[in-house]
Amino acid sequence: MSGSSVKNFLRKYMMLIAMVVVVIVFYLITGGKSLLPQNINNVISQNAYVFVLGTGMLLCILTGGNIDLSVGSVVCLAGGVGAILMEKHVPWPVAVIAMLVMGLLVGIWHGFWIAFVKVPPFIATLVGMLAFRGLANVIMQGYAYQVEDKAFLNIFGGGDSCYIPDFLAKVGPASSLNKTCMVFAILVALGYAVFTFINRSRLIKKGYKVDSMVAVIIKTVLIVAVVIWLGYKLANYKGIPTVLIWIALILGVFAYITSKTTLGRNLYAVGGNEKATRLSGINTKWVMFSAYTLMGVLAGFAGILNIARLMGSQPTYGLGYEMDAIAACFIGGASAYGGTGTIGGVIIGAALCGIINQGMVIANTPPNYQTVVKGLVLLVAVLFDVIMQMRRKGAQKTKEGAEKGGAKA
Amino acid sequence: MAKVLLEMKSITKTFPGVKALDNVNLQVEEGEIHALVGENGAGKSTLMNVLSGIYPYGTYEGDIVYDGEVCEFHKIKDSEKKGIVIIHQELALIPYMTIGENMFLGNEQGSKWCIDWNKTYAEADKYLAMVGLTDSSKTLIKDIGTGKQQLVEIAKALAKNARLLILDEPTSSLNETDSRALLDLMKKLQKEQGMTMIIISHKLNEVSYVADKITVVRDGSTIETMDAKTEEISEARIIKGMVGREITDRFPKRHDVPIGDVMMQVKHWTVFHPEFAERKVVDDVSINVRSGEVVGIYGLMGAGRTELAMSIFGRSYGIGISGTLELKGKNVVLRSPKQAIEAGIAYVTEDRKGNGLVLSNSIKTNTTLANLKAISNATFIDKDKEYLVAEEYREKLKTKTPSVEQLVGNLSGGNQQKVLLAKWMFANPDVLILDEPTRGIDVGAKYEIYCIINDLAKAGKSVIMISSELPEVIGMSDRIYIMNQARIVGEMKASDATQENIMACIVKSGSEA
Repeated sequence: MSGSSVKNFLRKYMMLIAMVVVVIVFYLITGGKSLLPQNINNVISQNAYVFVLGTGMLLCILTGGNIDLSVGSVVCLAGGVGAILMEKHVPWPVAVIAMLVMGLLVGIWHGFWIAFVKVPPFIATLVGMLAFRGLANVIMQGYAYQVEDKAFLNIFGGGDSCYIPDFLAKVGPASSLNKTCMVFAILVALGYAVFTFINRSRLIKKGYKVDSMVAVIIKTVLIVAVVIWLGYKLANYKGIPTVLIWIALILGVFAYITSKTTLGRNLYAVGGNEKATRLSGINTKWVMFSAYTLMGVLAGFAGILNIARLMGSQPTYGLGYEMDAIAACFIGGASAYGGTGTIGGVIIGAALCGIINQGMVIANTPPNYQTVVKGLVLLVAVLFDVIMQMRRKGAQKTKEGAEKGGAKA
Repeated sequence: MAKVLLEMKSITKTFPGVKALDNVNLQVEEGEIHALVGENGAGKSTLMNVLSGIYPYGTYEGDIVYDGEVCEFHKIKDSEKKGIVIIHQELALIPYMTIGENMFLGNEQGSKWCIDWNKTYAEADKYLAMVGLTDSSKTLIKDIGTGKQQLVEIAKALAKNARLLILDEPTSSLNETDSRALLDLMKKLQKEQGMTMIIISHKLNEVSYVADKITVVRDGSTIETMDAKTEEISEARIIKGMVGREITDRFPKRHDVPIGDVMMQVKHWTVFHPEFAERKVVDDVSINVRSGEVVGIYGLMGAGRTELAMSIFGRSYGIGISGTLELKGKNVVLRSPKQAIEAGIAYVTEDRKGNGLVLSNSIKTNTTLANLKAISNATFIDKDKEYLVAEEYREKLKTKTPSVEQLVGNLSGGNQQKVLLAKWMFANPDVLILDEPTRGIDVGAKYEIYCIINDLAKAGKSVIMISSELPEVIGMSDRIYIMNQARIVGEMKASDATQENIMACIVKSGSEA
């Protein structure tokens, strides 16, 4: 590898490398405790909301660094609605739909003000943050509600048995391993590997440029190893947490939307250059509206996961969630100026946050210091983006100066 | 003979690939008003940037002798200390601060730790009186018009103890009365304070009104200096100096392109400024373009060309738009760029970085942005098709890039322009409005762009080319409209057009107004 390709590699996988380093550091500090199966399981279920909200937040940030401050309050409001309905013995599917609709309405509300009335997003969602928190308090009247519907809890990741049942327990030799989980992990890993190579040969056939075979093999082997390792760890605990399926589903759907649909394309374009996008005949108002509407729906969904995991709802739930989601996006490489960022980045950002949080808890870091560390991690991650921007601009400036000087005068 | 205040000797300034200034000599005497004239891109602003230290000492060759000593300016502060103050074309005032605050920004009155506001405003009022502005110095900048803002800029310069005042296109955003007031102020300052001034302007009537000496800059060199004391300087005389350039075969020929029916017809088109609603930026303009025809619209900056084009393109500029638009003989009303694109109009902006391209996206995604429908089913993008399209246009336009996945921000100006053209060609319009398609790109790329324009005409498209480069307009167009001060002031066949009679057209309309 030449110097510049090493640099490129580092730039591309910086946060991934950081994550590996963090995992190793905590493994050493905690004497291996941080990688116990149960702890890995907890990282996933405790941070489910970060993945979901981070996905929605990414859509907003893509449109030009706009954030949604209201999501914590919306999680609380939607969750509150669901909890109250279920306490009144409304069937859980109805409650789930009600929570999603709640999120949708909030999203439409924000989208309307931001896209069509041009209220600055920061202010519109600050209003939402205050108003929806208040509204949550109003409907819950300050009380806590419990959710006891077993089916709901199992499906959305709450209680003791929110795992995919081990269908294969009776098959083969007896073992404490959750065989379904293991088999599933192996299938996913294999499927990924097969897909990668089929896709690569298809691309070659069509004459596209592709990464070198060695690079592809290394990447695939690493991903396969991580998936199987994760599966093994989970199998050693209780199997696949249902919430992991939901996370994967949402991340998958939105990875597709952002990379392969016109809506996704428009989100990036608006964030990259709103004026040019409008002059290309794209209704930029609708794009903004869609971003905030989808954010609302996802906040509603995070509300569902939240009341399931905590088995109830309280007026204080969801406090500070918006900050976790925003941090995950920025740590994952989304630009604070909009136009760049990926779902893959959100996954890494959210996972990194989760791992650091959990590691610090296990390592008995005093809670006050934990927040300090979280803040500093965000600063470091964003610094990276800013420095990259500066370098690029510096390089561009010399070029631009030449052009301008020649043209204008 | 008066004392020479400033002498710039053999100034040469090169940018990578371009020689912006080539052995320029300029002599300014104390107490005179010296005008610099020349076409866009001739090098006037570059010269002033060298003088004021924006391009620091060492990045150019030659000497600046000011007040008898050789100067080495490394930044603007250095030249300001000597009393050289430049007033840029775009006003540099902060709208939500008062006049007084703006005037002493960076030069605050009082001690280091405490701004003396009484002194600030008292001083400010003194200088405002000097420029004949009666508003209180506590007025916010946003509450006064551009004419007065320009006066504040001058007062600000005076407050810096300016000895040599450089005004870069000071009247470009002013109306007639305000312009005249400004010019008279310049004369007053000259008479009462012995101020030395350099004015850069496109408006030749103003130049001959105010200047004692006129230096013509062309293609990065000073051509001649005319002295109003020794000779009568007519505008025709200045034009001759400005444009005396041979048109060689810098333009590829179009052979046997039949010109068809009228494709687009605009009648009595009037547009008002979006912020200053009483100002007409396009005034009763009627133009048409036929299929297979290249129509040039020539005009100086600020003539209303871009405003005309953008208002036609789905009302993307301006308010209170009136007039009719016919496409292929049918009346249409286009309310958004989207409708305009669907109706078959494309507008290739002059500001490719600001309005044209998404720099953080790849060539591929930029190419397809205006016509995503063609490469997607419902909402799902067919990435293979997209790649093929991008490749096709890369080859067709000879865009130099390692791959179509390259970010547009990393390309050179000429290649960016090609991506922009590719994007609009892929939208498959009938009428392409090209706004300054060759601005800021090198000669080789220009030639390629001209070839593309010819191919478009050959394919039966209608091309409207807006340009402020006379040779380009004459060399490329079948027919030329001349635009000045929001109006079409002339129309001629390219075969009849010469640089002199086009400029004369503009001068005539200017003196009528």
